[in-house]
Formats: sequence, structure tokens, C-alpha cells
Amino acid sequence: MTVALVPFAASAALVAAGVTLLLERSLVRLLVGVILLGNGVNLLLLVAGGPAGRPPILGRAALSRMADPLPQAMVLTSVVITLGVTAFLLAVVHRSWQLTGGDEVQDDTEDRRVRLRARRGELARSVLAHREAYRRLVRRQRAELAALRAARRAEEESRRGRDGESGALREEFARREREQAEREREIRGRLRERRREARREMRAAIRADRERQARAEDPELGGDD
Amino acid sequence: MEALIPVPVMLPLLAAGLKLAIGGRLRRLQALISVTTLAAVLATSLALLAAADGGGPLVAHAGGWTAPPGIALVADRLSALMLTVSSAVTLCVMVYSLAQAYADQEDAAPLAIFHPAYLIMVAGVSDAFLSGDLFNLFVAFEMLLSGSYVLLTFGGTESRVRAGATYAVVGLVSSMLFLVGIAVAYGATGTVSMAQLGERFTALPQYIRLLVELTLLLVFVVKAAIFPMSAWLPDSYPTAPAPATALFAGLLTKVGVYSIIRLEALLFPGGPVSGLLMGAALLTMLVGVFGAVAQADVKRMLSFTLVSHIGYMVFGVALSTVAGLAGAVFYVVHHITVQTSLFLVAGLIERRAGTTSLDRLGGLMRLAPLIAVLFFVPAMNLAGIPPLSGFLGKLALVEAGVAVGGPLVFTLVAGCLVTGLLTLYAVAATWNRAFWREPSPDVTWAAGTVLESEEEPLSRARGTEGITGRAIVTSVTVPAPMLGATAALVALGLFYTVLAGPLTDLTRRTAVELLDRAPYISAVLGGGGR
Repeated sequence: MTVALVPFAASAALVAAGVTLLLERSLVRLLVGVILLGNGVNLLLLVAGGPAGRPPILGRAALSRMADPLPQAMVLTSVVITLGVTAFLLAVVHRSWQLTGGDEVQDDTEDRRVRLRARRGELARSVLAHREAYRRLVRRQRAELAALRAARRAEEESRRGRDGESGALREEFARREREQAEREREIRGRLRERRREARREMRAAIRADRERQARAEDPELGGDD
Repeated sequence: MEALIPVPVMLPLLAAGLKLAIGGRLRRLQALISVTTLAAVLATSLALLAAADGGGPLVAHAGGWTAPPGIALVADRLSALMLTVSSAVTLCVMVYSLAQAYADQEDAAPLAIFHPAYLIMVAGVSDAFLSGDLFNLFVAFEMLLSGSYVLLTFGGTESRVRAGATYAVVGLVSSMLFLVGIAVAYGATGTVSMAQLGERFTALPQYIRLLVELTLLLVFVVKAAIFPMSAWLPDSYPTAPAPATALFAGLLTKVGVYSIIRLEALLFPGGPVSGLLMGAALLTMLVGVFGAVAQADVKRMLSFTLVSHIGYMVFGVALSTVAGLAGAVFYVVHHITVQTSLFLVAGLIERRAGTTSLDRLGGLMRLAPLIAVLFFVPAMNLAGIPPLSGFLGKLALVEAGVAVGGPLVFTLVAGCLVTGLLTLYAVAATWNRAFWREPSPDVTWAAGTVLESEEEPLSRARGTEGITGRAIVTSVTVPAPMLGATAALVALGLFYTVLAGPLTDLTRRTAVELLDRAPYISAVLGGGGR
């Protein structure tokens, strides 16, 4: 069987263009791809029917010069079918646009679920990290306070030891003690302030995480990133 | 008898047209027409089966044009058997869908589209089984696909539109590939009559035969959802209305399997692709069943077992021995019935509990013992517990495999057994979570509450979608016709065990006829309408 090269090449080009468009994410482009693909395949059916010839009507031409009518009948049938299905797909595209405001092919639900699970793991890890950081801060502050208290106790003990010394010295001592107490208060205040701030920060961070998590749990919003 | 052959195609088409003309009026008459049509198709199929089994393949030449240029409808044993099982299933599912629509108080107008689409799909399935012509097979595929597009996107809810777009594009692309295959086959042989193709391909060079065979095989592999091409199925089927999903699961993939059987037995006997098919069968079984084990939703779990069990049939076909083909045919018959009934039960569960998610189900054993029984029997049947037909089918395939031997075949036999066990695990896990543990608050709520507002006097389960996309009505007592239709299918599945002897003989005779090829070819080309 000889094959007419031009229609065959045209068919191949149409199919190639159709397949390329099929890989697109927009449903309209996909639909155009389907139409091109259909035309390419219909052309291939005609090519399969052999070389072109006279119209296949008995009595108009010799049998040997007639075109093969069977592929033409098949092409007609497939044109009708492709038309119908294309119209249906167009309706689906329109409905999709009505519902989602776009015509993109949506992600597979299973893929989305896997992604959600991964993100939930990340969130849980970040909440844990925040909590751990806060605990470290509190531990450090407690250690500082304990060190201060120990220093004061040691001072008191040494003062009790030198009870019999002169009043000037005692006065000097009381002054230093006051200074010491003031410093301590100041440090304590600063520590409290820092702790409060840290707690506030942590709460805000956790709240933000929770919010993101809640959004992520909503499959409608989790789909497009 | 030949005059009966077009009936399973023509009658549903006529009824579909009639119902489109009637529109949304006369609901009772509509229901009567649908059920009578499908019952008539079932009766015709039984008559055809008896005739084809007794006197060889029956041939009807469409429009009086004799076969090679004209279109032949052929009812041999395989076609008639498939037709009988499929029409029994479609009848039950139709009764179920009528009852569901009634229970959900769906408007009559959308149902005036649901029924015609359903009937057109049935006509397409019948035409695919009867077609003796490759191009007519394509037309049949398009008929059943366009019916299924409508059923899948019914109501146009977001999830259905999403699933429907993917499904329709997959269907369209595979149809285009089918046309390419037809074009190449016609260019190579000058005919699209399957009987003539079978004769002429033997004279062609090996590489052309392989090209055509692989193209057509790829098409049917997509339709049958065999492994590398199976990803579309579990994503799209569970979103459709319950009766539509049941019908898709039972019939559409089996049409693909039927086409593979025809392709391998009639057009390319003893082809070199059986090794390829075996690999695909193994991967289909394992990938499908692992997917099923991982699911947390009854419908999705069932969709994955559907994919998985297609592998068994492909294995039988790939053996291309009498025993293998007979096992495959038996398995198709068993699987159509059992898978459909399981999906119908999933619909019942949804109606009783308001959900099919295994995380929210529980305690149905106590709350709905009848549904529990209706789930348990086909589930065990699917997993292959003796003496149910699933066991007999698997046994037949394993025996056929052992008889052939060889490392590849033994790997597949092992794969069959592992898949059977994992299926048992998947359905048992479902059973435990949905039926056997303590009732969950969701389930008791769905059963107990009736919202007493003016415009919504029924309790509708949020997150579910009935036939027209509205939430379904949950109720403590599931409508009797729904239960009855499901029970009839479950009973049909059990019936295969009772009739195992005659059925096995029939499938064996079918396989012999398929591998012989001569009766089919001579019936189409030699006798008939000349």
C-alpha cells in the first residue's frame, strides 16, 4: 500500500500539536488539544483508505478509480462522536469555571492528602520547637536567680562573721547591701519582663501555626500551592 | 433466533429516546419503562445464551448487509454469557437507583436525564459485547463512555466536575488511540470485520501485527484500568452517584477485559505479548491491593480492589490455554456481580450512617445487621473464602497457571495468592472498623436525628452526594427496594457457587470455542445472512 505523504505528515503534525496541548493544565487548551488530536486521527483514517480517487458512487467512475468509501464513513462517524464529546467537555469546563472561577485541572485528592499530612508534620515540629525554646529560656533565668541568691547568702554569712567591726564599716556594709538588693530587684524585674515577652511571643507563634494548620486542613484552600 | 441479537442494543436505545421525549413527567411510567426494558434485555440475553451454547455462534447482519463490508453482530458463548451477567446486574442497579431517587426525594427532571444516560450506557455495553466489527466496537465504546460521562458528572457538583473532567479526557484520548489502531489495522488488511481481521493478520509480517496489537491492547488496557494505566479509576469512580459507581465498577472495566480476550483469542492468537500481559497482571494485582489496604474510605477501598482483581482476569487471558481462558471468563462473571454488589452496599452504608469514611463509621453490625450481612458475604466472596465463587475462580486460575508452569507463571501464581490474602486483609479491616467496633457518635447521630424544619423535613448527611448531587437522606430503615436489589445481587454471587459445575463447564466450552476461532469466523463469513 502506498501512503500519500502530505496528509500523513499533516496528520502527524496535528497529533503532535494535540498531544502537546493535552499536557497543559488549562481545560480549554486541553480541549483544543483534543480537537486537534481528533482531526489528526481522522486524517489518518483517510490516509489508511488509500490514495484519493473519484467519488465512491456507482456509475460515476470505474471501480478502480473510486476512493474507498469505508474510511469516509468511519471518519464521518468519528467526527460526529468527537463533536458530541467535545461539546460535553465544553459544558464541563464551563461548570468548572462557574464553581471554581478557573478552568485548571484540579489536583488529585490523594496527592493533596499526602501534601497536607506532610505540612501537618512540619507544623507539629515547629510548635514543639517553640515550646522547647521557651523552656530553655525559663531554665536559664532560674539558674541566674539561683546564682544571685547564693551570692547574697555568702555575703550575709561573711557579715555575721565580722559582727564586731566598726560602725563605719557597718554603714559601708549596709550601703553595699542596699545596692546589692537594688541590683537584684532590677535583674529580677528585667527577667520577669523578658519572660513575659517570651511567653507572649510563643503564644503568638503557636496561634499563627494553629491558624495555618486550620487553613491547611481545609482541602479547598490547601489545593493550590 | 438471529432476530433477537440486536434487541439488547436496540431496546435500551429506544427506551432512552422514549424517556427523553417524555421528560420529567409520569415518574411511575418512566420507572416501569426502565425496569421492563432491562428485564426484557435480560430475558433476551438468556435466550441468546441458550441458543449460542446449543448451536454455535449466532450472527445478525445489520441492515441486511453481509459481513465483510457490513456490520455483523455476533452472539457466541462469551458474548452471550457476558450479556446475561451484565443485564442481570443492570436490572438490579436500576431498581436500586429508582429506590434511591425516591428516598432522596430527587426532582423528576434530572432523573429524566439519568435514566436515558443509564440506558444508553447499557446499550453501549451490550453493543460492545455483541460487536463483530472493530469499528462498531469503537462506536459501542463511545456509546457507553458518553453515557458514563453524563452519569459521572451528574448534578455538576465540584468534586464530580473535577473527577469527570479527568475521566472524560482519559476516555477521549484512549478513543483517539483506538481510532489510530483501527486506521492502522484497516490500512494493513483492508477490513475491520473481526472475523476477517483474524484471518488476514496471520498473513502479515510480524512487526505490523505487533504494532496493531500493541496499539489496540493499550486502548483496552486503559479501559480495563490495568496497572500502568489504572491511575484514573480510583480517583474518578468514588465521586459518582452510588448506583452509577456500582455499574461502572461492574461493567465498564469488564468491557475492556472482554475486548482484551477477543483481541488475544480472535485477532492475535498466540501473540508474543503474553509475557507483557503477565507482568502487567502481576503489577495490577499488587499495586491495586496495596492501594486498597491503605484506604480509609469504603468506596475508595473498593475501587482499588477493583483495579487489583482485574489482574486475575488478565493473568488468565495471558496464559492463553483453555483452562486459563475458562478461569478468566469465570472470574469476570464472578467479579462483575460481586464488585457491583459491594458498591451497592457502600451506598447502603452511606444512607444508614451518612458517610463511607472508615474514620467516622463504627458499630454498624449492631445498628444495621442486615447491611452487615450484605457487606460480609460479597466481601468474603471477593477475598476468595471457600466455597464462594471468588475462591473457585482463583482456584481455577491458579490450577491453570500451575499446569502451564515456568518461573514467570509461578511468580504470578504467588502474586495471585498474596493478592487474595491482602484483599482479605483489606476487607477484614474495613469490616472491623465499620461494623464491629463500638458505634461512633457520627453514626448514631445520622440515624437518630430528623431535622424538623419546614423546607427540609429530612436529615441529609453533609458531605455526601446523592444521584443529583444533593446530600443524601439518611434513615434508620433503608428503603426495602434498595435492600432487595442489593440482596438479589449478593444472592446471584452465591448462586455461582451452587451452579459452579454447569458454569465451569460453560466457561470451559467458551474457552474452547474462543481458542478454536473457526466457529466464530465461519459463522460470520460463511453462513448467516447470505
